[in-house]
Amino acid sequence: MDFTHVDGDSHIAVTLFSLSTCGHCRRTKTFLEEKGIAYDYIDVDCLSGGETFTGGVYDLVKSYNPQGSFPTIVIGGEKTGDRW
Amino acid sequence: MITRFDIERKYLEIKQQAEPSGYHLNPDEDFAKELVHGILINEERYGFATCPCRLSVGPREDNIDIICPCDYRDQDIIDYGVCYCALYVSTGVAAGTTPVSCIPDRRPPLGELVSKETDNAKPSVLPEKQGLPFPVYRCRVCGYLCARTSPPRRPVRYAVPHRIGLRSILNKPVHILRHGRRWTFSKLCS
Ligand code: SF4
Repeated sequence: MDFTHVDGDSHIAVTLFSLSTCGHCRRTKTFLEEKGIAYDYIDVDCLSGGETFTGGVYDLVKSYNPQGSFPTIVIGGEKTGDRW
Repeated sequence: MITRFDIERKYLEIKQQAEPSGYHLNPDEDFAKELVHGILINEERYGFATCPCRLSVGPREDNIDIICPCDYRDQDIIDYGVCYCALYVSTGVAAGTTPVSCIPDRRPPLGELVSKETDNAKPSVLPEKQGLPFPVYRCRVCGYLCARTSPPRRPVRYAVPHRIGLRSILNKPVHILRHGRRWTFSKLCS
């Protein structure tokens, strides 16, 4: 799972599961950048089917947000690198 | 490659279809055009223009409910003033007189979706919620709306040539009503 890192204030881990085509996801990224918050994101629609399903990213999204909708933001917890 | 002109053209096309039917596009034009761009990306990527704010997986049949405008649009506009993506908004939201609140996705998560056969059995707007005399059904192919006690005849998405006898419309989605033993076109959908 390749997350893209955006630099900023990293005292709390912020992970964003987004869709590259979604307006709300884009605005969430802009918001985090404007606030200078470091975050890691993954555009789930740009992954291959294998990476998304069967124990992949989509199950992870649903473990945080049972609705499985986008954007899903995970605030706090362990840093992306340690968690996955 | 999707150009700025493609986005402008599609935006105008959607706007021109929406407004005469009483729908409004988001007054934030840049935001609306970003969503239109997303729809065009999906059309290029999957071959059908699915919702930019939802994950499309599998063939067209599995995504028929989220081909824009999606099945959830009308009820979302009534309940929340916007569709899930906020491309379509209510008159109040368009005029800036109604505030917009959070909107949950009413589509069930992937994996919990029931069969999305192209029948029109599920009403798009429920009468008891809106104080309407009849439920409103929307054709999943052409967007045709009707208010009646029971769903209209199932739209046939692909004309069957030997029954219809019109090869020119082969593979074009067609809304067909059956009257007795005769098939009649009620609407040709693009
Ligand atoms: S939520 Fe809005 S933009 Fe998304 S498919 Fe439905 S009508 Fe289209």
